[in-house]
Amino acid sequence: MFPAALASDITYLNSAEIQWTNFSAWLITGGLLGGGFALIWSIVALLRRKGSARSRLAIVSVLLLMMMIAGLINAFQHSRDGWSSVGTTGLILSIISSILAVAAGWIAYAAYREDRP
Amino acid sequence: MKHHALWLSAGLLTLAACGKSEPGLDQTGPQPDLPEQRQTLLPPMKIATPAGWDGEKPTAPSGFTVTALATGLAIPRQTLVLPNGDILVAEGSGGGAPALRPKDVIATYIKAMGKSSVKGGNRVTLLRDADNDGRAELRTSFITGLNAPYGLAYVDGQIYVADQDALVRFPYREGVTRITSPGVELLKLPSHINHHWTKSLAAGPDGSRLYVGIGSNSNVGERGMGVEQDRAVIWEIDRQSGMHRTYASGIRNPTALAIEPRTQRLWAVVNERDELGPQLVPDYLTSVRPGAFYGWPYSYWGQNVDPRVRPQKPDMVRRAIRPDYALGSHVAALGVSFTTDGGFGGGFSEGAFVGEHGSWNRQDLAGYKVVWVPFSNGRPSGEPQDFLTGFIKGDHARGRPVGVTYDPVHKALIVADDVSNTIWRVAPDRR
Repeated sequence: MFPAALASDITYLNSAEIQWTNFSAWLITGGLLGGGFALIWSIVALLRRKGSARSRLAIVSVLLLMMMIAGLINAFQHSRDGWSSVGTTGLILSIISSILAVAAGWIAYAAYREDRP
Repeated sequence: MKHHALWLSAGLLTLAACGKSEPGLDQTGPQPDLPEQRQTLLPPMKIATPAGWDGEKPTAPSGFTVTALATGLAIPRQTLVLPNGDILVAEGSGGGAPALRPKDVIATYIKAMGKSSVKGGNRVTLLRDADNDGRAELRTSFITGLNAPYGLAYVDGQIYVADQDALVRFPYREGVTRITSPGVELLKLPSHINHHWTKSLAAGPDGSRLYVGIGSNSNVGERGMGVEQDRAVIWEIDRQSGMHRTYASGIRNPTALAIEPRTQRLWAVVNERDELGPQLVPDYLTSVRPGAFYGWPYSYWGQNVDPRVRPQKPDMVRRAIRPDYALGSHVAALGVSFTTDGGFGGGFSEGAFVGEHGSWNRQDLAGYKVVWVPFSNGRPSGEPQDFLTGFIKGDHARGRPVGVTYDPVHKALIVADDVSNTIWRVAPDRR
């Protein structure tokens, strides 16, 4: 959802067509909802696991938490009106939360593959 | 992790602190101080939740008596004094613009905390105070079945009601207390989305023209400019044919209109945009120049460009004119009425009363009172003075003023209050 929001942010900045920033706002809200569940899952998994998987899960949790913080600030940013709903700050926050989301997913998926070869 | 949470809450606190107003700025009169724009992640917010009057009343200057002309109304907004002294009250609640963003859902919820829970009456109520004791002994449902009525006007045996979607005409005979005929629709008014739904109304000096104020469909164009066709404008309407033309534009939300009696010119109170900080942008009182563009959404108070609007329109910004008189930021002026024939005399002879509803968008509450703007030779001639106060008690709003009407028949000021659902009357003490 965060990468999708990034895409609609870029579209808004290119077109100044207001509907794209509305899309971004909902996508970020959706990202926060889904990301919240992922964060809870990663923390629960972290507490239940032992050994080498643990450190990876810790990284995933930290990445997800940072993603959530960036996403939350971005949600407020996107609640501003017109151009100010994205601007430079919104775009940067969208890039950060997208990178963090992809990175967390990548590491979590790699850990899952190693667990079950 | 705890560390992050602390950082986040500290950040939010800092944001909240940005909502503080700078003291010492003079934001009223023809040359208001305009601070730097301050856009924050969370706009400064303060909602004064409703509280009862508990038998108390608003405070007027010494020499005036305040009475509740009527209570228990259903969201009274604007009032009109008929030639025989009967008072009409438009009651209603319109709007209902759909939520486009998560913000709209949250903001609607927050703003509702500062409003009355009563449902809008969709009617016009008649109040008669024949013995002039400040209490209406007769009260009737004058016109029912309306759609969020707001502006009212009387011209030559006809009563005009500005619903949120149409201007409707009703025949009137002096003294009647109820109109049962369905009324004739003079013309439709723009009502798509209706973000600012109120349609203010005034009759021109010779009665041949009517003026309707139509608010913008957004704060600052964030619903797209496509929905702003025929919004943030004042229409001039031919009373006979119902033909209209745009009289002024870029005038964000002209919530009340009135004719200045000396110069016979149209004046308006206008609510300006939110979310540029607690002291931007001042709401204003202005004479309405035919054909003028007042800046919205591209700029405010003349050529101050609003960065939130893209694409920007430098040619429109160049055209934008400054309003005549600032009332202060976020006071939310919703009513204006000029005194006639010497008014209350003394310092209240020539000028305008302005009803200030108060806004959510600053932490030090502004507005929530009725002010008096003195005029001389048809122009504002001094600072606004508090006329009716006491609406705020602690953190609560006991009432919020909307329409104000100078009543030349009883020599009184009529104030509609849409939180306590009361019509207040302020009149000089009886001697």
